[in-house]
This record gives sequence, C-alpha cells and structure tokens, in this order.
Amino acid sequence: MTRWGMVIDTDRCTGCGACVVACHAENNIQTVGEEEAGRGRAMHWIRIERYYEGEFPDIKVRFQPVMCQQCGHAPCEPVCPVYATYHTPEGLNAMVYARCIGTRYCANNCPYTVRFFNWFSPEFPQPLERQLNPSVSVRSAGIMEKCTFCVQRIHDAQDVAKDEEREVRDGEVRTACSQSCPAEAIVFGDLDDPDSRVSELGERARAMHLLEELSTEPSVIYLRGGR
Amino acid sequence: MASFGAEAVARSHEENLIRPLTAFRPKLFIGSLVTGAVMALLFYSWGYQIFNDIGVAGINRPVFWGFYITNFVFWIGISHAGTLISAILRVTQAEWRRPVTRCAEAITTFALMIGGLFPLIHLGRPWVFWYMVPIPTYRGIWPNFSSPLMWDILAITTYLTGSLLYLYLPLIPDMAILRDRALKENPKTPRALFFRIMAIGWRGTLQQWHSLEAGIKAMAVIIIPVAVSVHTIVSWDFAMAVQPMWHSTIFGPYFVVGAIYSGVAVLMVAMYLLRKGLNIGEYLSDKVFNNLGLLFLAFAMMWGYFTFAEHLTVWYGNEHIERLVFDERIWGRFSPFFWTMMFTNVLVPLAILPWPKGRSPLGTAIVGFSVLIGMWIERYLIVVGTLSFPRLDYTVGSYAPSWVEMGIFVGSIGMFAFLYFSFVQTTPIVSIWEVREGHHLEVKAQRQALAAAREEP
Repeated sequence: MTRWGMVIDTDRCTGCGACVVACHAENNIQTVGEEEAGRGRAMHWIRIERYYEGEFPDIKVRFQPVMCQQCGHAPCEPVCPVYATYHTPEGLNAMVYARCIGTRYCANNCPYTVRFFNWFSPEFPQPLERQLNPSVSVRSAGIMEKCTFCVQRIHDAQDVAKDEEREVRDGEVRTACSQSCPAEAIVFGDLDDPDSRVSELGERARAMHLLEELSTEPSVIYLRGGR
Repeated sequence: MASFGAEAVARSHEENLIRPLTAFRPKLFIGSLVTGAVMALLFYSWGYQIFNDIGVAGINRPVFWGFYITNFVFWIGISHAGTLISAILRVTQAEWRRPVTRCAEAITTFALMIGGLFPLIHLGRPWVFWYMVPIPTYRGIWPNFSSPLMWDILAITTYLTGSLLYLYLPLIPDMAILRDRALKENPKTPRALFFRIMAIGWRGTLQQWHSLEAGIKAMAVIIIPVAVSVHTIVSWDFAMAVQPMWHSTIFGPYFVVGAIYSGVAVLMVAMYLLRKGLNIGEYLSDKVFNNLGLLFLAFAMMWGYFTFAEHLTVWYGNEHIERLVFDERIWGRFSPFFWTMMFTNVLVPLAILPWPKGRSPLGTAIVGFSVLIGMWIERYLIVVGTLSFPRLDYTVGSYAPSWVEMGIFVGSIGMFAFLYFSFVQTTPIVSIWEVREGHHLEVKAQRQALAAAREEP
C-alpha cells in the first residue's frame, strides 16, 4: 500500500518562497489582498516560518516551510460533523469541499494552524482566470481548505501508470512545492516503499516531526538543520 | 366560613395574575415594540452576513471562533436557569417555588432558542446546515457522530423538546382558565381560539389532574440529567480539542456550574423586573428572593472554586504551551478581562449576598447583572484567549469583533426580551393553579392543626 510522505531538509531551505508561489499557481489559491491579509486572513497552503537565533549582529535566520502535515492520527478529522475532512487509504487528509459547511472546528483543532478558510469568495480579475488549474476546483466562500499534497498530480501519475500496467515509480509524482524548490529541500514520495528517496532520507539521524509530543504521526518529516 | 374565605382568596389570585393579559397595557406594548426593534438588528446583521459572506465578521486565522461561539455558550448557559432550578425545587417539593417556576422555565425555552441560533449564524455556509441532520437524502452520507458538534445537536434538540414540554404541561390548567374567561366574553375572537387550542380540552376532571401531575413529576426528574448533559457536551466542544487550556477534564462540571450560575443571574434580574413592572410583589415575595439569593451565593462559591482549581493546576503543571495562554490571561493581553471577571463573578457576589439585606430584590438583581457580565467574559476568555495563541507561535493572532457580530449580539439580547414581553402578555407569568393549590394546602394544614389543638384536653 502507498503512504504518501514528504521530507523537508531545513539545512537546504533558503527561504526564497518559490514553493509558496508555485503552490498558489498549482492549487488556485486565492490572494486576499493587503487589507484582508492584515486581518490575519492571508491564505498560503505552505508558509515559510522564520526563526531568529542569537543577538544582532551575530544573528542567524532559520527557515521552516510548514504545510499540512497529513497526520496519521489527524486531530482535524474526528471533529468534523459532516465528514468534509477524512482519511484516504493512501494516508492523505482529504478535504471534500462540497461537504464542508464551515464550522471551522477542524482549523481550531489543528495544532499546526495550516487550515485556511475562505472568508469571501475568490476573485480572479481578467486575465488571471486563464491561469487557473483545470484539475483543481475553485473554492467559494464559507469553505475550509488546506494543502492536499497536490492530489491531482498523484491521480495523474496513477492514471498513467495504470494505462502502462505498472506501479507509480519513485520520483514520478512531484508536488508543486517540491518541483519548484531550487535548493531541492523538499522531496516527495511513498513512505511505504523502503527504496524510495523519502524513506531513505526519513531514516537519517536528523529526521524529526513537528510537535512530535502530540503523537499526530505526521507524514511530513523534517531534517534538523545547523548542528 | 373558612371555605368562603379560601374561595375569595383564590379568586383574587386569579384576578391579580390575569390582569396583565386582559387589559391593554401601554408600557408592555411599548416594551414589545422597542425590544422587537432591537431584535430586528439581529436578523438584519445576519442577513447582511449571509448575503455578503461570513468574512464580514471579525473572526480570522487563528481565531476561527469568536463572538458567535461565545454567545452560543452564554445563551445555552442561561437556559440552565429555569428548567433545572424549577425541576430541583419541584422534586424536593419546596413550597416557595410556586410563583417562581414558570418565569424560570420561560427563560430556559427562550434562551435555548437563541442559543441554538448561534451555531447556525457562525457557519460558513448556513444554507447547508442540514448536512448535520441525520436524514436520508440523495447525498447518501450520514453525519459524523464522533464529532462533538453532532453531540451538541442531539443534546440541544433533546433539551429544547424537553423544556418546551416541561413549560407547557403546567400551563394547561391556566390556559383552560383563560379559555373559559375568553369564551364567556366573546367566543369568536382569535384570542379565544388561541386559548382553546392551548388548553387542549382541559376539563379539570380528576383523571386529568392525575395524568397532569404524573407528567409533571416525570418531566421534572427527566429534565435534570438532560440539562446537566447539555452543558457538559457544550464544554466538550472545547475539551475534546488538543488546544491549550481547552483540553481539560474539569470542563464538564465547570461549565455546568457556570451555566447554572449565569442562569440564576438572569432569573434574579428577570424576577426583579417582573415584580417592579407587573406589581406582583405579593407572589415574587422577599422570601423568594432571599431563598434564591442563598442558592446564588452557593453557586458563586462553587464557580470561584472551579476557576481556582482550573488555573492552579495549569500553573503548577507548568507546561510551556499551557503557561503561554495562562500568562496572557492572568498578566498579559487578556488580564483586563480576567480581573473584571473575578470582580463581577466573585467579589461582588461575596460582598453582597452573604448579608440578609443584600438578598433583597434589588441586591440580588444587581449581583445578577454583574454576574451576567462576568459569565459572558468567561466564555470570551475561553474561546478567544486560547485560539489567539497556537502552538507554532509563528501564527499568533488577534481578534476584534466587527459591527455585524456586535449587532447580532445586541440583537440576541433584544430577541430574548421581546420573547419574554410576548410571553408575559399571553400567559400568566405566575402559575395561577399552582399558587391556588399552595393556598389550599396551607389552609388544610391550618385546619388540621386547629382540629388537633381542639382535641387536646
């Protein structure tokens, strides 16, 4: 069985933000504008957290890209009254937009704060609507959304593999963030395949999970940096 | 002739208590108009929000819940006044309950109706709220019963049904009295029709009285655990989450105590206003205020104890993330709220209620008002205080309500007052037959005492 996972090497991340832009383009995420962003309503399925170490001028900046951790024991899933968020057999926390009624309970219960709510319906002024990705639905107001591990790309690869009567090869599926990362800090693949790159990287001594103490069993593995 | 006297007293009770219903009362009418206008604010703001999307509220990320959930918990809490107090007093056969029960039960019903609105108001897409209702539809999908929100729906609808029944049962004989009077005056008025329907053929036969009493007794016993479960489940909306200072086992009983506390507070204020406005001090007497004041005091101390216990364990346990929320509450950004709450909920009640003079109608009403403010703040602190500080501190947030949220909050108070004004003008706010029954029991006891005294040599 496949279990999709991701490894993020924080030593490699330069904080350039290419992944954030790529994610917006791939997944039709709305840009809310200055005023709304100021009210804490910016939507970026992946964000780059900056942490500062030391005192000026001897200061170090650390970057930590954070997106939905696709938890194995996801706190967001049981609290949804309408099954709008559920666990797929391949280990993804899927969002079913059509089911969502907007209680926002899932977002409250997410310790990583990676769920985003559509406070207003998105606007894509011309000609921006032409760059929308046809494989991803545009979400209207009142609906929760979050990183999907680019599930549309996974499905595309699986379709091709099925037509060619073979398994999906390692490295065949690349999420938008992983594809756009110039430092190759983000690697995507099957954690259940012992020969995949994510499995190999995930076993390194530097591997860790975010907020490990909550036993949410995330599918995103971070490689600790700078020691 | 003792019996003649008793009849006359019974009649005078009836006249006293029906007076607000029979004559046109300009003050009550104006009250209805004003509160109705305030209520309209709720529906205007809600309509505005539905039309322009949920974003017109001030909630954001990470404070996904704000005023709406605060008000939800606040109103559901208030609904615990009536039914629970009235049921406990009935079960324990406290004689002084007779004039109190109905005005308390009405509080429950109206507060529940308003409280139940808020989860709908807060939805991102309220027009599909029925996805949460377990009915077989083309969608072919059942609601998720492991979500505390589903428990909420079950608990609140059960409680609403139960308390409506519990309000209605003791209302039937009074409705029959009103029906008989209306029929005598003019049987063709809509008023007469209304009372005929409400009295559902009550004739006052022995059989009917027996059934009624059995029904009231059963409902009084059933409604107590239902009420306790409702606010426990409301607290579990928070306690089931992994968020700091929500994830606490004490929340169930803490919320129930807080709910009854705020419920008694509303009851004290409402009783004071009824006594002033309707001139029924004979029924809502000083003794009633004194007794309820003692109950109020007990709950003030229990609430204080729970609050202390909750904060002490968090502080002593000293977990980083819990302490973050704790410190902001006690010394930080939210400390003005916290200390106001301690003043209104602990200091004011403990300064006024222990003294017999403090348990006067005015004294208890002042404490009631103060506690209402405090209990609202408590819910605000729980909802916004926790959500403002997520575990990954990169996403720390802040929250300020928009005019829409304010309008809906103010409108909900107007709605409560409007429903109460309407109730006072359509039903006797003090149960006529129960007061009569109490009077009969009293007379009977006196006669027995007199006879016993005569037999003694």
